Amino acid sequence: MAAKSLDPPQRSDRLRTWLLLGPGLIYLLIFFALPLVVIVLYSFLTPGPRGNVEWVFTFNNYITLFTGDLYLSAYWRSIWSSLLTTFVCLLIGYPLALFIVRSPPRWRVVLLFLILIPFWTNFLVRTYAWMIILANNGLLNGLIQALGMPRQTLLNTEGATLVGLIYGELPFMILPLYAALDRFDFNLMEAAADLGANRWQAFLRVMLPQTMPGVVAGSVLVFIPTVGQFVVSDLLGGAKVDYLGNILQRLFQRSNPPNWPLGSAMAIVFMFVLTVAIIIYFRGTTEEDR
Amino acid sequence: MSDSIAIDLRNVTKRFGDVTAVDNISLQIRDGEFFSMLGPSGCGKTSTLRMIAGFEYPSLGQIYIHGREMGHIPPYQRPVNTVFQSYALFPHMTVEQNVAFGLQMKGVDKASIPGRVKEALEMVRLGSFGARRPRQMSGGQQQRVALARALVNHPEVLLLDEPLGALDQKLRKEMQLELKGLQERLGITFIFVTHDQEEALTMSDRIAVMSQGNILQVGSPTEIYERPICRFVADFIGETNFIDGTVREANGTHATLATEEGLHVQGYTPRPVQPGQSATISIRPEKARLLPVNGNSTPAANTMPVRVERVSYIGSDTRILVRAHGGRSLSVWEQNTLSTLDREAYWEAGDEAVLACPVDNALVLTE
Ligand SMILES: Nc1ncnc2c1ncn2[C@@H]1O[C@H](COP(=O)(O)OP(=O)(O)O)[C@@H](O)[C@H]1O
Ligand SMILES: [Mg+2]
Repeated sequence: MAAKSLDPPQRSDRLRTWLLLGPGLIYLLIFFALPLVVIVLYSFLTPGPRGNVEWVFTFNNYITLFTGDLYLSAYWRSIWSSLLTTFVCLLIGYPLALFIVRSPPRWRVVLLFLILIPFWTNFLVRTYAWMIILANNGLLNGLIQALGMPRQTLLNTEGATLVGLIYGELPFMILPLYAALDRFDFNLMEAAADLGANRWQAFLRVMLPQTMPGVVAGSVLVFIPTVGQFVVSDLLGGAKVDYLGNILQRLFQRSNPPNWPLGSAMAIVFMFVLTVAIIIYFRGTTEEDR
Repeated sequence: MSDSIAIDLRNVTKRFGDVTAVDNISLQIRDGEFFSMLGPSGCGKTSTLRMIAGFEYPSLGQIYIHGREMGHIPPYQRPVNTVFQSYALFPHMTVEQNVAFGLQMKGVDKASIPGRVKEALEMVRLGSFGARRPRQMSGGQQQRVALARALVNHPEVLLLDEPLGALDQKLRKEMQLELKGLQERLGITFIFVTHDQEEALTMSDRIAVMSQGNILQVGSPTEIYERPICRFVADFIGETNFIDGTVREANGTHATLATEEGLHVQGYTPRPVQPGQSATISIRPEKARLLPVNGNSTPAANTMPVRVERVSYIGSDTRILVRAHGGRSLSVWEQNTLSTLDREAYWEAGDEAVLACPVDNALVLTE
């Protein structure tokens, strides 16, 4: 009762709340909700012969997606390569972040700086650089030949795509891991050792669970852009196989005629799968801490 | 208490770069003993403890635990457990999971773990807190979880690094009693690190007083307080009055010192001194008496004419600050065995008096 009289809901308070939230809400409405509504709408419309959209309701776009081999295999390829990229980034990024956190403070800044330097160059340019490294008469093959071994086909393979993706995404894995490890109390590792845990046990039972927020954040930051990419697989993979991003790009822009409704349906399914996957991932990894 | 040796440090030195944290110490700690390491911050207590636990390895010397040389045996294979000053509880685990951790790591039979965890938590009076997270508990409770987490493993030796440092005064006193009671009940050897001399005196069977990486004296609380062997120990433990001077005569157990004011003071010498050597007389304030100028003093006492400067009544004692004729300040504590209300006359500032101290309670010390 006392609490009620202490804090009566005041009209000016509510007005202030709306005024404060207003700009953000309007922004979200225009730049997020509206395009989304358009896409959802389009996905149920019929593609016209000249790339236009006819206002005829249909489920056909979704049916095409789930029956056409082309689309399903592109989904799998994208998800699979993103999972692999995320996993390898984690495998490389965790020890690296750990190394940086455990370095003397003076070095820490320098090492973090080195991780960030590639961001100063356009991503495309950096991907072209990988073409130069991996090309048939490129730097790496030069090295291989100098060692007396035969030349290898490196560029235009799925391996090259993976290397490019890992290279590009690694900083996004390292930075959240660094933040999580920086907050980690390393005395806990001594406590674990004191209680009979060897290094590996101490890592699995204490350090990894404690830095899980960093693992989750890093994984999401790497997985999401990777699953929609098409540039790396075009440039380094030689555009031999289709990734989700390649098909989307084609449906919206390149194909003749463009097919926006099918592209919209593809994007919606993509978003749905991604959202569900991420929710499951968050649940699974953060449960312990709640 | 058996006479076997739990921990044996032989000429142990630890260097960190240019810093010598522990400087060639040798020490034997008996089985079942409550042993304290006492000294000011930075004197090497933590380093010593960490070497016993295995977090650091000695630069020189050996450490034996129950006769076994530890060499480079890693912490997880040593029969000791540590209670850390910061507690270092695992925040992502419940209290129960924290306590069970050591048993799980040792591969103890799974079925027996819940029983042992419960027993350990009840031992520290936290029986009903098993499902909580460490951050939902007070400092004192976290402290007890840390204790249970270590003791559940039945270590041969328990290492405690200033475990009560973060607690407030009242809780600290309670935990002192609780720790001491636990140690007596379990019979486990405790090595207790503290910079609080009162804490060390109340709890320990024996104390090692450390300074700058060295052990200056090892002894029972009484020995350390009543018979400090050097000036540092007398100064660090309790309060005392120091009077500097030069040794005039020495006979093995006693010596006479000539002070700067030209007084001659006699005292007991815990360590032999030579005539001509400079030394210090240490007189504990409660061991000195203040007598009227024309009164009779006991024959075996040193006396010194003084003037009363200040009288502070603090309940159990009255603390009197006096000034010797040379200008030196000394303090005398008199216990209020009689109610001060019944006392007819007492010292007042400005009174002339004689400070008297029995020869055996004045100690002639060197650095
Ligand atoms: N890891 C370390 N690196 C460098 N110096 C250290 C390290 N650990 C302790 N020291 C130094 O060793 C000395 C003793 O430290 P410590 O054992 O922690 O003392 P205490 O526990 O008695 O306060 C101090 O001078 C401290 O600065
Ligand atoms: Mg310390």
